[in-house]
Amino acid sequence: MANTDIQNAAEAAVNDYILAQESKDQLRFLTCGSVDDGKSTLIGRLLYDTKLIFEDQLAALERDSKKHGTVGEEIDLALLVDGLEAEREQGITIDVAYRFFATEKRKFIVADTPGHEQYTRNMATGASTADLAVLLVDARNGLMVQTRRHAFIASLLGIRHVVLAVNKIDLVGFSEERFNEIRKEFETFANGFDFETLQAIPMSARYGDNVTIKSEHMAWYSGPTLLEHLEGIEVGEHALEAPFRFPVQWVNRPNLDFRGYSGTIASGRVAVGDDLVVAGPAKISKVKSIVGAGGEVSAAAAGEAVTISLEDEIDISRGDLLSSTAHRPEVADQFAAHVIWMSDEPLLPGRPYLLKIGTRTVTATVSEIKHKINVNTFEHVAGKTLELNEIAFCNFALSTSVPFDPYEENRTTGSFILIDRLSNATVGAGMIWFALRRASNIHWQALDVDKQARSEKLNQKPAVLWFTGLSGSGKSTIASIVEKKLHIEGKHTYTLDGDNVRHGLNKDLGFTDADRVENIRRVGEVAKLFTDAGMITLVSFISPFKSERRMARDLMEDGEFIEVFVDTPIEECRKRDPKGLYAKADRGEIKNFTGIDSPYEAPETPEIHVKNVGKDPQDVAEEVIAYLRERGILNGGGTNGEGS
Amino acid sequence: MNMQSHGMTPERLSNLKRLEAESIHIIREVAAEFSNPVMLYSIGKDSGVMLHLAMKAFYPSKPPFPLLHVDTTWKFRDMITFRDETAKRLGMDLIVHTNPEGIEKNISPFEHGSSVHTHIMKTEALKQALNKYGFDAAFGGARRDEEKSRAKERVFSFRNTNHGWDPKNQRPELWSLYNARISKGESIRAFPLSNWTELDIWQYILTENIPMVPLYFAAQRPVVERDGMLIMVDDERMKLLPGETVVEKMVRFRTLGCYPLTGAIESDADTLPAIVREMLIARTSERQGRLIDKDESASMEKKKREGYF
Repeated sequence: MANTDIQNAAEAAVNDYILAQESKDQLRFLTCGSVDDGKSTLIGRLLYDTKLIFEDQLAALERDSKKHGTVGEEIDLALLVDGLEAEREQGITIDVAYRFFATEKRKFIVADTPGHEQYTRNMATGASTADLAVLLVDARNGLMVQTRRHAFIASLLGIRHVVLAVNKIDLVGFSEERFNEIRKEFETFANGFDFETLQAIPMSARYGDNVTIKSEHMAWYSGPTLLEHLEGIEVGEHALEAPFRFPVQWVNRPNLDFRGYSGTIASGRVAVGDDLVVAGPAKISKVKSIVGAGGEVSAAAAGEAVTISLEDEIDISRGDLLSSTAHRPEVADQFAAHVIWMSDEPLLPGRPYLLKIGTRTVTATVSEIKHKINVNTFEHVAGKTLELNEIAFCNFALSTSVPFDPYEENRTTGSFILIDRLSNATVGAGMIWFALRRASNIHWQALDVDKQARSEKLNQKPAVLWFTGLSGSGKSTIASIVEKKLHIEGKHTYTLDGDNVRHGLNKDLGFTDADRVENIRRVGEVAKLFTDAGMITLVSFISPFKSERRMARDLMEDGEFIEVFVDTPIEECRKRDPKGLYAKADRGEIKNFTGIDSPYEAPETPEIHVKNVGKDPQDVAEEVIAYLRERGILNGGGTNGEGS
Repeated sequence: MNMQSHGMTPERLSNLKRLEAESIHIIREVAAEFSNPVMLYSIGKDSGVMLHLAMKAFYPSKPPFPLLHVDTTWKFRDMITFRDETAKRLGMDLIVHTNPEGIEKNISPFEHGSSVHTHIMKTEALKQALNKYGFDAAFGGARRDEEKSRAKERVFSFRNTNHGWDPKNQRPELWSLYNARISKGESIRAFPLSNWTELDIWQYILTENIPMVPLYFAAQRPVVERDGMLIMVDDERMKLLPGETVVEKMVRFRTLGCYPLTGAIESDADTLPAIVREMLIARTSERQGRLIDKDESASMEKKKREGYF
């Protein structure tokens, strides 16, 4: 009987505990510091001291410590957190890892990020979801270039609370003077950043001083331990105070009687009866019902995943943003933003990328790199491209207008990622500053005389024959014969040739990757105007990069863009060398020569693939004409794709 | 504006509410971005929570994807019963796949060892099923706190056309913006429970009263002690080795898998609060009961590179 009583009492205690858990909140923080600052040791110490290191993990740890450990026979706490095999062998942390521990008051999610300059990308990733940053410095070394970098990136990503962990204080004899020196230097330096709180703590992660337990060696320090500070800090909830924003994720339509919009509330609050506006089209309706995770509710707030239904039937789909009517977001197709570049392939202005903002994905290009920012000195420097781990302030041009807020006001509606259209990799992250007003001032003139009218008059369908291939492959020769043949048939044509355009329109451009992209962008736009005029345009450009050919293709309507791959092996081109360019490039007199020290990305699925070697160019031209005839481009007017 | 509802003081969401909302966001994002997603349902507590969250994410609609169970034919009988009941109760489509080669070769964890069995009946079987139905995204219930290599895995984890994972070449994942772009044949494994801990899972099960397989609760069960683990005799395929005897013990399971590979723990915890209590004073982490992790400490990372979930 007594046994049952004990059990009942225990269960009651557990129930109390669980009830207390329901009000426990969560703090996400980031730790940054370099390998030697003892970051992994600090996290290991937090996990260890908060008793979440289970016995068998400890046993495995002791085994691993003997293999990889860097602290001799003692348990190496850092091994608890350095995850992947390769990293453990190299003894460094190279990726973002997430750790978890909990106390009575809070559950903590720690983003553990490496400190080297080349991992700016990873630190930004960890910072994007963090409420607070713990910046580690080695008390012996004091503030380093990297400390400044970490503070800058934390600030850029919108972190408002910072802890300066002055670690290895034991190695400077627990010196108050040394601690104050570092603290003051950091405070002065961090003045320029918009941190709400800044707490410096002297500690020894290795021995546990001031991590979770107050140090016995630093009576002079009266501030909190790291854990006390993390448990107690009010990080506020800016998203709750901001105007209501709701990116629609999914339209919920189980039957004809219910049409709801599912998503996560990015900011603010919403209640049944509120007026909401669909940003962009500016359609307004009232909230009819809200379904939360626990069923129907009368109101909901930032962070909650809900399904909202409206009084009126308005056309809303994934990617739309529902907003408060009183405080509406910006809507524009051009804005200025900070970008962190995360790919080995550089960012090239003019090259189209996919931009995902909220639940919407659009095509975007960087129209201008205003300046790059040196992450160590914060100096603004000019630049034409952006390399891995570089940060820049850029102007963006989007294929369509999107709603957004400045990142400073809203971390969800002001952030975006950039995706490479060919590799699908995430190549960049952006934080919007402001809309560029000129975006809203350019309105397209709707002309009555349109492409269809013009091409009907010319008795042909407009098209772009895009000849791509190495220098000397025979592009221009073939294009020239094709144009003559079309001319004889009475077709209206124009040829844009690489060399000719470079003497005029593009004479300001060189041969770097960035200039090559701009070169093709301009030619693509000119070809588009000719197409709009109803012409058959022949473009003869090396155009070495897939992305830019794709960009040109996307400018045209379906079926208008005909890629002709003049596939002549480089040995043959070199043999021909009609302009003596290969010889010069070989002598090093020409830099960035395609096929020699600049890559050529061959088309994978060109409309016409010409294997040119040993063929009469006349025959090749005839093949091209045959293709045009087959596609109906030479018969009658009207644009393509209308089944005429 | 309705002033009454706007008058309250701002309050941050609790840990569990924040986790719940984040998971629902991830589940919806997958459903919206992929053309043919599937939810891996392994019948355990994490799967149970994930499925519960999916039901919430699309309510009043049904989740727009089926469940997939990779059946090694060595799961506890109670798991299979529970699986079928759950699918029926929730009205979810359930696909069950077993590697036909494994059946043909009669692969058994007793005969072939845990590593061969896991490779053929789980890793290979999963790839077969994903290929067969052309799924471009698969939800899994893995958590980052389970094991070291998981700590670095993304929520949207990219897999190449061979279902392989490249830990050195993961896509950066910022804010709640998940990159769902893939080429033909590639896929994404999505982990909505990435930020949950084992304790969060049990607290949520308790708060939400989510049904669980009875094996999680302590009961008298026939077990054999083998290699330092208590293996339950779930059917006649388990042959006793010399010196082994079957004993009835009050046991439960902290994780569920193939019965020959899953160790029981001695426990009296036969209610959810009792399990949580046991959790709180636990001195051994949950994967201790799994044979497959014991081979080497980096074994999970190796398995995942090969396509293990």
